[in-house]
Amino acid sequence: MKVAVCVKHVPDATAQKRLDPTSFCLDRSGEGALNATDLNAIEEALRIKDAHGGEVVVVTLGPAKAADSLRKALAMGADRSILVTDDAAAGSDLLATTSVLAKVLEREAPDLTLFGQASSDGDGAVLWAAVADRLRRPLISQVATLRVEPAAVTGKRQTEFGYDTITAALPAVVAVSDAINEPRYPSLKGIMGAKSKPQEVLSLADLALDAGESGDAGSRTQVVAAAPPAPKAGRVRIDDDGSAAEKIVAYLAERKLA
Amino acid sequence: MALTLVFVEHHDGELQKGSLGVLGKAIALGGEVAGVVLGASQEVAAAAATYGAAVYACDDTALAAPLPQPRVDALEALVTETGAETVLFAASVLAADVAAGLAARLGAGLNWDLTDLRLEGGDLVGTRPALGDTVVVDVAWKGTPRIGLVRAGTFEPAEPTGGAEVRPFASAFQDFSSQAQLIERTHEESSGPSIEDADVIVAGGRGLGRAENFSLCEALAKTLGGAVAATRAVVDAGWYPYSAQVGQTGKSVSPRLYIACGISGAIQHKVGMQSSGTIVAINKDPNAPIFDFADLGVVGDVEQILPKLTELLQARGA
Ligand SMILES: Cc1cc2nc3c(=O)[nH]c(=O)nc-3n(C[C@H](O)[C@H](O)[C@H](O)COP(=O)(O)OP(=O)(O)OC[C@H]3O[C@@H](n4cnc5c(N)ncnc54)[C@H](O)[C@@H]3O)c2cc1C
Ligand SMILES: Nc1ncnc2c1ncn2[C@@H]1O[C@H](COP(=O)(O)O)[C@@H](O)[C@H]1O
Repeated sequence: MKVAVCVKHVPDATAQKRLDPTSFCLDRSGEGALNATDLNAIEEALRIKDAHGGEVVVVTLGPAKAADSLRKALAMGADRSILVTDDAAAGSDLLATTSVLAKVLEREAPDLTLFGQASSDGDGAVLWAAVADRLRRPLISQVATLRVEPAAVTGKRQTEFGYDTITAALPAVVAVSDAINEPRYPSLKGIMGAKSKPQEVLSLADLALDAGESGDAGSRTQVVAAAPPAPKAGRVRIDDDGSAAEKIVAYLAERKLA
Repeated sequence: MALTLVFVEHHDGELQKGSLGVLGKAIALGGEVAGVVLGASQEVAAAAATYGAAVYACDDTALAAPLPQPRVDALEALVTETGAETVLFAASVLAADVAAGLAARLGAGLNWDLTDLRLEGGDLVGTRPALGDTVVVDVAWKGTPRIGLVRAGTFEPAEPTGGAEVRPFASAFQDFSSQAQLIERTHEESSGPSIEDADVIVAGGRGLGRAENFSLCEALAKTLGGAVAATRAVVDAGWYPYSAQVGQTGKSVSPRLYIACGISGAIQHKVGMQSSGTIVAINKDPNAPIFDFADLGVVGDVEQILPKLTELLQARGA
């Protein structure tokens, strides 16, 4: 079974995220990392490969530095990676990102395409639905438990009303929840081996995409202004040095909350 | 302004408040507005039409299950037929997938997580808190159609005013849209006291480390006379019941005191508890987003702090 996993290279959690003051695009020049909930999608793909054989391909659209995140996925056990990177693709919105990823996925024709729960910078938790529509494949999102059979997938997912179980014939698109599994850490052997795994880097031209289908030109939304939210006054911060419990009690007592 | 369509969601015949809130907001913005009810009975469509706008309704059996892809087909047909320029949704598990699928289908722009909408020189502009709510941006659309997904719980519905027209419409459906099939629904009944009425809530997340550690939250909640709540991550993992979940797909609560233990503070959790009086967060990661909106942020280990906290509060009470 061939499984593709769409992953994103996002600003590191410790980095101060900021918008470029003129373009209002996210400043991606700082430290980056593999989006945390995409680890769950990679882990699930590796388990599917263990059970069914085949290969795991990780795919991303991002800056050249996104290669670091792909290498982490390879170190976890993915077989090969595809990075689409192009100056003309910077600032892609949902629609433009969809056009690029769908093009790669059409070429790869995986049996199953997995997505993570949400990107920590965009936090749309929507990209899979646009990609599935473009690929004309069935979709199951927010999946907390996944069962894969040779020709079908069945996922259980939470909604506002309880849990739904949905089944679909392969090829299909599935987005997993962060509770689906506990991602493995790359082993030393995995880290060493990652370097020699196939790592394809593609431009928009390599994918025969027009400049008008990606980046700003391919986007149908734009940020027109940005302002920081009003600071919330009266926040208190404690670093536990062994006395945090006492300090919490004092804080609550002062406010008559305990 | 040209027609704005609002996706009105329903569950077991009940119209969803969030989508009625978006319908009310669209009407307040002015111009021609209509609701869209898919896969529901005549009665449900008629009920939706009492909120101040006409309603387009399609009850094709392809729309019987609450799955997104056939809904994309129906909305594509309706946008094509009516020339609608804007389609708005209230965020839900179903609506998010419909909105994004429709964006791809129509080659349209999608802005999500909107917390307000306004007209500027006749153009629609949305407000969106971004980067974990650390900045607020104004978002716009290039061309039409425009698709907008409004953050859960943003607009309160107006009172029903009286009946407007229900306009039935027909749609064709793509083969791939019916390939995903709903095979089971489980509705978990809540047991025990409702967290919505609790004055104090002690909530646990994945930072508790294991299901058994919820006993730490339970002991603290008991001491404070409160209830225990949970994040989706731990509910999905089976550590705690769905009935105790707070957030977008769980309950919305506003206790006097909310103590978040080992919870990162994802937006989808925040929307269910941000109106709490005082928020105390205990998390070992100083960069956890929850510290951006907690009144008291404690950087530390829940396994160390919770037992001590309970003990000290018990001693005070005694
Ligand atoms: C459509 C949709 C709907 C959703 N609906 C909901 C919803 O209704 N409710 C909800 O909660 N979520 C919801 N989510 C999921 C949400 O995005 C997050 O994934 C989830 O809230 C994370 O749960 P968590 O904080 O328990 O886990 P994590 O994000 O994994 O956070 C665990 C935290 O614990 C900390 N920690 C670890 N060990 C310790 C320790 N020993 N002591 C102290 N701290 C520790 C870590 O630093 C981390 O910050 C939804 C997501 C989507 C896409
Ligand atoms: N640029 C990208 N390249 C590849 N996959 C992505 C990209 N952005 C987002 N994804 C995938 O889509 C999921 C949802 O992202 P989002 O809709 O941005 O929250 C992520 O968890 C990833 O699996």
